[in-house]
Amino acid sequence: MLLTLVILLPAVSALALLTIPSSQPETIRRAGFAAALIVFMLSLGLLWQFESNAAGYQFESDLPWIGIPDIHFHLGIDGISLWLILLTTFLMPIALLASWGITERVKAFFCLFLLLETGMMGVFASLDLFLFYVFWEVSLVPMYFIIGVWGHGRRVYAAIKFFLFTMAGSTLMLVAIVWLYRAAHTFSVPALLAHRELFSGPEQGWLFLAFFVAFAIKVPMFPLHTWLPDAHTEAPTAGSVMLAAVMLKMGTYGMVRFCLPLFPEAAGRHAPWIIALALIGIVYGALVAMVQPNIKKLVAYSSVSHLGFVVLGVFAFNQIAMDGAVYQMLNHGISTGGLFLLVGMLYDRRHRFEIAEYGGLSTPMPIYTSFFLFVTLSSIGLPLLNGFVGEFLVLVGASQARFVYSIIAGTATILSAVYMLWMYQRVFLGENTNPANANLPDLSLREKTVAIPVMAMALIMGVASGWFFKPMEASTARVVKQTGVPAHVKNAAPATYEGGTR
Amino acid sequence: MSYLDQTLHLFPETVLAVAGTLIMVLSPTVKNARWLGRIALFALVLALFGSHVSYHHGEYMGSAFDGLVTNDAFAILFRQLFIIVAALAVLSSFDYLKREGIETGEYYALILFSVVGQGLMACSTDLVMIFIGLEISSISTYILTGYRRHDARGIEAALKYFLLGSFATGFLLYGIALVYGATGSTNLAAIRAAIPQANGPLVAMGAALMFVGMAFKVSGAPFQVWTPDVYQGAPTPVTAFMSAAPKAAAFAMFLRVFLTGLTPAAGYFWLLWGCAVLSMFVGNLGALMQSNIKRMLAYSSIAHAGYVLAAFTTRSAMGGAAAIFYLAVYSVTNVGAFLVVAHLAGKDESTVAISDYRGLGKRHPVLAACFTIFLLSLLGVPLTGGFFGKFYIVTSAVAAGLPGLAIITMINSAIGAYYYLRVVVTMYMEDAESPAATPAVPASGTLVLIFTVIGVFALGVFPTMVLEWASQAADILK
Repeated sequence: MLLTLVILLPAVSALALLTIPSSQPETIRRAGFAAALIVFMLSLGLLWQFESNAAGYQFESDLPWIGIPDIHFHLGIDGISLWLILLTTFLMPIALLASWGITERVKAFFCLFLLLETGMMGVFASLDLFLFYVFWEVSLVPMYFIIGVWGHGRRVYAAIKFFLFTMAGSTLMLVAIVWLYRAAHTFSVPALLAHRELFSGPEQGWLFLAFFVAFAIKVPMFPLHTWLPDAHTEAPTAGSVMLAAVMLKMGTYGMVRFCLPLFPEAAGRHAPWIIALALIGIVYGALVAMVQPNIKKLVAYSSVSHLGFVVLGVFAFNQIAMDGAVYQMLNHGISTGGLFLLVGMLYDRRHRFEIAEYGGLSTPMPIYTSFFLFVTLSSIGLPLLNGFVGEFLVLVGASQARFVYSIIAGTATILSAVYMLWMYQRVFLGENTNPANANLPDLSLREKTVAIPVMAMALIMGVASGWFFKPMEASTARVVKQTGVPAHVKNAAPATYEGGTR
Repeated sequence: MSYLDQTLHLFPETVLAVAGTLIMVLSPTVKNARWLGRIALFALVLALFGSHVSYHHGEYMGSAFDGLVTNDAFAILFRQLFIIVAALAVLSSFDYLKREGIETGEYYALILFSVVGQGLMACSTDLVMIFIGLEISSISTYILTGYRRHDARGIEAALKYFLLGSFATGFLLYGIALVYGATGSTNLAAIRAAIPQANGPLVAMGAALMFVGMAFKVSGAPFQVWTPDVYQGAPTPVTAFMSAAPKAAAFAMFLRVFLTGLTPAAGYFWLLWGCAVLSMFVGNLGALMQSNIKRMLAYSSIAHAGYVLAAFTTRSAMGGAAAIFYLAVYSVTNVGAFLVVAHLAGKDESTVAISDYRGLGKRHPVLAACFTIFLLSLLGVPLTGGFFGKFYIVTSAVAAGLPGLAIITMINSAIGAYYYLRVVVTMYMEDAESPAATPAVPASGTLVLIFTVIGVFALGVFPTMVLEWASQAADILK
């Protein structure tokens, strides 16, 4: 019941928001923010009541929805979904608080964000494939409007590209979902897992690919990533935050939840080229980020690189890598979300994203500069901050699959330090050469309130990672066990390791 | 069975025919044609109620007039669909006709006569009766198409529709004649029984000719050429009506004739398959290049005919149910969309370019939101009826072992996203240079909007009731 409440409350509050007249934007902002905050509080209740050692789904609720075919409103979460939902609810009030500067069509903006929240959380909690698809597609619509209406520059192009890429990817997934139903007569994920032997051989390969392509576009994996730099760059700040921090995770979550456990043999068979693409993405994303003249685009390409780590971890088929991959999903949400928030604050002052426009910002904006450094370090994986834990585990896990994987992926940890710190240097250090930047005001109280929780979370996730792994481990172990270790993985290490060594 | 009892099998048609005639008679004496429109509405509501009662009462179900007509769940469902579409069309016409200065009683009478013909098409189980129904429906629609008689495009559309339509009807009639020659009957059940002993090539030839005639009526490619011109030239409320009711009626006869009459002659599978796939691609690719909203929706309607034909291609009861459900969703959505277009068309339909919708999101947020909902339903976004309809078509195609067709359907649905979204972009993300005045929506239009928006969501979120009914109706197709 609590889970259903958490998921549906944002949508209900969005409808309630519609009743406030547009002439009172401040009331709308406050009500929208309050709703997101309440949802976050309630979601903490999920964490509180979550039984850490259980591997199965918790807070399950299963209501029949449509009779023919048999579709259920079936929700439930395990440790992986739990953290992704908390990531969503944590970032949503922050993103809304960061959007106080939106003055145009305020009501529609806040309503769409709340609808988006329901859509994204629904994706993470659906245990019925039809329901999953509904949330998956429905979450597209608000984001499309957010980018297209409140975005910058080439927003229309970016919005349509975003929509068409995702939609095109998911069309085949729908056919695959129907195909599964035809064989098993159910959309229920647990029931399908129990009957997965129904799909074997080449059939399993096709089904795997249909799902995988939909997820790979969303992640996005090289070479399907081209929508991402446009969408991230043109979206308004809060849109970029939710897009990078949560929406991309829908793709990797789909791989963990569906691609691996439902089609283990096909996943094993296709893993080599998937890992190859992930490695290319890791290095390519980092290299392209390095040459970007635009801060936001740089952060966007860094996402391609970071998400490559996640995919690498998922397809390494051992628990260390899987733990690292899931942790990296959360890390990327916090770090990149934080970067987009901070870049947005700069944009609010100067309305420019070009690195060349800035320089020596540390003089007029010392607090902002130190905040930015903190988040940058978290993004490049400095020990004691969150990024390090995930990257390290993925590298360890990948090296167990094949040592060369971690060598290639490891270069990106160096490259990420290069492009992030170089950008930092050009924007914040040295002499201020542009008179327009000389008198920029430092962060306001609202902006500090936006940034500090994100930085605190980065620190907590860096030093107390064990606490985050505890509810998650049983679930990741189950996914790894369900998938098994495919034959091609060399040096296949037994999927055990002692907790606490992190 | 007494003659009265038999006539009561056709209660809705009787009511509508009487009301239509009454309107014609009253027309010269009643100054305010709006009243005649209200009579038409009343007749439609009465007919809807009557068919509802006869369905649940059960007394007037079954066949009558020596097997010429059969009142079954299939007939009742389609008939109610036509009636609802006609009522919505009449409601959206009030304001439009007044603006164009063509509000006369005959308009409403013609809509009623058209529904009479469509009702007969849905409930006939005899080829001759089906043909008569088709002619009643078509001729009324030809006239309605040219109702703006001072407009060159309207005249051109009507003439084109009439000539090509008559030509297609000729094909149909020729097909009927050949089938009759081969089987010795025009009754569908008798044809079905006689086919095993009949002259095979003759039946196949007849079926192919009938196929051409019917594919024309549902605007399936390659017989779709008339559609964009006619949809563009017709008065917009007529386009709304035409894109839903006669099309659904044509599908009703298509399904009934091909699945209950000609079943054993399975030779037409690839005809259907090809027509479905071609319609989807022609419709969607054609719509990509349109700058006129009515033409765009016309091409989109060709694509939607393709989706329904895809369900039809499965030749299963499930496919039939999917087709019926889709037609219901599509009708409700399209009528809503065309109402918005009609409302914004301006005097003499001067503002029907997509670019005229710039900034509508700011000028008229409610209308823009409604239009967006209709477009998203046509696109097939979940929680709208359009999605569930498409989902059900894909399900039936996969269940029938046609995954290729399912994949083609979904690919087309993705192509469609582009041009539907382009309109949304125009409304919300572009600003008008010189915004045209946006008149307030009158009460009748508001009623239509409320009904269609609720319908779109209801069919998307709680489709079970209509779906069960559609499955029941499709039982006859087994």
